[in-house]
Amino acid sequence: MSQVKIKHEMPLQDAGERIKNFTEVALGYNEETAVAEANRCLNCKKPKCMEGCPVEVPIPEFISLIKEGDFKGAINKIKTKNSLPAVCGRVCPQESQCEKHCIVGIKGEPVGIGRLERYAADYELQHGGAKPGQKQQSTGKKVAVVGSGPAGLTAAGDLAKMGHQVTVFEALHVAGGVLMYGIPEFRLPKDIVQTEIEKIKELGVEIKTNYVIGQLDSVDELLEEGYDAVFIGTGAGLPYFMNIPGENLNGVYSANEFLTRTNLMKAYQFPNYVTPVKAGERVAVIGAGNVAMDSARTALRLGAKESYIVYRRSEKEMPARREEIEHAEEEGVKFALLTSPTEFNGDENGNLTSMTCIKYELGEPDASGRCRPVPIEGSQYEMKVDNVVLALGQGPNPLVPRTTEGLELTKRGNIAANEETGATNKPGVFAGGDIVTGAATVILAMGAGKKAARAIDDYLNNK
Amino acid sequence: MYKIVRKEDFSSVTKLFEVEAPKIAAKGKAGQFFILRVDEKGERIPLTIADYNPEAGTITTIFQEVGRTSKDLGKLEAGDYLVDVVGPLGESTEIENYGRVICVGGGVGVAPIYPIAKALKEAGNEVISIIGARNKELLFWEEKMASVSDKLIVCTDDGSYGQKGFVTDAVKQVADEMEINKLWAIGPMPMMRAMAATTKPLGIETIVSLNPIMVDGTGMCGACRVSVGGETKFACVDGPEFDGHQVDFDLAMRRLAYYKDEEKRAEAATTCGCGGGCGCHK
Ligand SMILES: Cc1cc2nc3c(=O)[nH]c(=O)nc-3n(C[C@H](O)[C@H](O)[C@H](O)COP(=O)(O)OP(=O)(O)OC[C@H]3O[C@@H](n4cnc5c(N)ncnc54)[C@H](O)[C@@H]3O)c2cc1C
Ligand code: SF4
Ligand code: FES
Repeated sequence: MSQVKIKHEMPLQDAGERIKNFTEVALGYNEETAVAEANRCLNCKKPKCMEGCPVEVPIPEFISLIKEGDFKGAINKIKTKNSLPAVCGRVCPQESQCEKHCIVGIKGEPVGIGRLERYAADYELQHGGAKPGQKQQSTGKKVAVVGSGPAGLTAAGDLAKMGHQVTVFEALHVAGGVLMYGIPEFRLPKDIVQTEIEKIKELGVEIKTNYVIGQLDSVDELLEEGYDAVFIGTGAGLPYFMNIPGENLNGVYSANEFLTRTNLMKAYQFPNYVTPVKAGERVAVIGAGNVAMDSARTALRLGAKESYIVYRRSEKEMPARREEIEHAEEEGVKFALLTSPTEFNGDENGNLTSMTCIKYELGEPDASGRCRPVPIEGSQYEMKVDNVVLALGQGPNPLVPRTTEGLELTKRGNIAANEETGATNKPGVFAGGDIVTGAATVILAMGAGKKAARAIDDYLNNK
Repeated sequence: MYKIVRKEDFSSVTKLFEVEAPKIAAKGKAGQFFILRVDEKGERIPLTIADYNPEAGTITTIFQEVGRTSKDLGKLEAGDYLVDVVGPLGESTEIENYGRVICVGGGVGVAPIYPIAKALKEAGNEVISIIGARNKELLFWEEKMASVSDKLIVCTDDGSYGQKGFVTDAVKQVADEMEINKLWAIGPMPMMRAMAATTKPLGIETIVSLNPIMVDGTGMCGACRVSVGGETKFACVDGPEFDGHQVDFDLAMRRLAYYKDEEKRAEAATTCGCGGGCGCHK
């Protein structure tokens, strides 16, 4: 068979159509395309791709099963290592992980590992039939997991498989963390997230929602109340603001609020769902990461006529994934680059009407290696906007760090934890995911959950 | 699911619920609040906890029917369930023996001021409570307040009960006669603003409890931003109590009004019966 140099294309919902709905943009491979894409894999003896996978998915093995048409076998193979494959197949930045290392990528495009993972996972969602993970005999040990994002869910699933009794405590009314409240429905359908969480519950994991650790019980109290170890995966949920005048005007949202209203609370179905959200006619999203792209694309779907990405640096420095930027462009999101607001202006009712912007030019590279943006004097201008969404990044959720006696933190307020084990300075207390690393990715959070589960198991066996 | 074990109608729009939430009842303290959702399609709204019963495992809250969610809530009866109750949220009141204190509750604000007055009394303070409402019909918990106060003054705007006039007038009278070490005022935003304006020249430290729009209640969204002494604070984790002399009430009131139009649409959606699907009230 001659080697096909490029990845089989992912079928997408047409851009003109998709900005009118919240259903998924990427439609997924069909069987024929999946098998054809799988056939591009060389089944390497020393698979480079696996070096890029934080949860050690046996990539060539599951791809070989897809080649043979054994899709159930493929998903079972993935599930030995990854408990959220339908999620990862959709939102992982494969281009900087497994696919970055793939040998086929040297002379052409790498194998579409993520798309194949998604195919296998979706096959199971439609046809069922995956084996529930193997569970070891009960150890009688109790572990508390704080936060039900990808870090917490992975740690919980793995610990349950190891035979421990696991309870997850989640502040919100549903489990999933950013997967539920942040990442939009059109990239990651919420039903899929919940189905995967159900599978984790089937392993015996108990999830207590509406349970805020630090308010109801502290981490110390969990240990006193009989948990043998605690894993903290509370994420990076604290939104940053700019501290410029007018920031508290009506119409200035943090991306967290804008996306939570829309995704978690389903404001896009208002008034059938009671939570409102406003996008107005003209929206400006400040920032150019993935969260910014998600916000700008969400604004269009909520009915905004114009949606802008406003960013201090140039196109080259935009931190969002290439694919996200392309999808945003296709949908008509506009880019005001080398631009940043200096002030938000409002009317007598305190509603946002415009923002004063200043233009920037790129100067010398800074510590991060990116060119430092320098404001151009006298370049101020006014941009009319109805809504602004600030997507400037998030800091660590403060409640647990604030209420856990003697827990060591980093300068930025993240929990200081061992990279390999997640161990903190407090015996029996482990941490991982965004609360340790700062805002990162789903798969890194899952990797941290996995490593911590192993370390917790060791800790409990030696206790 | 969280069971409503008792409902009391104080007036056509003021209702009391006692809800089963054993953990919150055991852990909650004066000044804290909780967030609830009425049903699967509901929004998350914060309500202050008006009383705790750790033995029965219940918390009590009092609310006024103003918009869609509080009206949906008002339709529930004892025996019904709320899908979500999460709390206790926010910082609790700083309870100490300050000496002589005033606790002011205006309108439904009587509910959240009760546990504060109670805790202050238990801490040894001389508690003077002042409660007020527009008219007699809207007053509630007079006896309960009296039971935790050394002195209770009741005011109505129209004079239909107690002393005629505003709670601010009553505070001025009391402060004229004796030294006051600290004051708490909870009620509608204009009442708290007026109270802060009254006590500032009198030099009485004044704590108010803010009730901005919230989503998560854990510091994750910033919907609850308020400005205190020129600094932005998240009411759900930094508050809800703040120094009344430092709060930007105008900003807080404007932010509360942001979804007025949507409130109307959400309410209309319940009256035509289409559930929002027909588009008649878009
Ligand atoms: C809009 C958006 C889009 C993104 N897109 C992508 C993407 O495409 N690909 C990708 O790989 N990554 C993406 N990310 C990043 C990714 O979602 C995060 O890195 C990941 O979710 C972190 O996982 P976590 O488990 O550490 O924390 P989180 O997912 O943040 O979960 C933490 C959980 O802990 C709960 N919690 C917090 N405090 C408490 C407490 N005191 N008590 C109980 N529970 C508590 C929170 O409610 C939350 O549910 C995106 C992030 C955002 C915001
Ligand atoms: S590196 Fe590429 S070709 Fe080799 S096994 Fe992995 S996916 Fe297949
Ligand atoms: S309600 Fe979301 S931060 Fe306070």
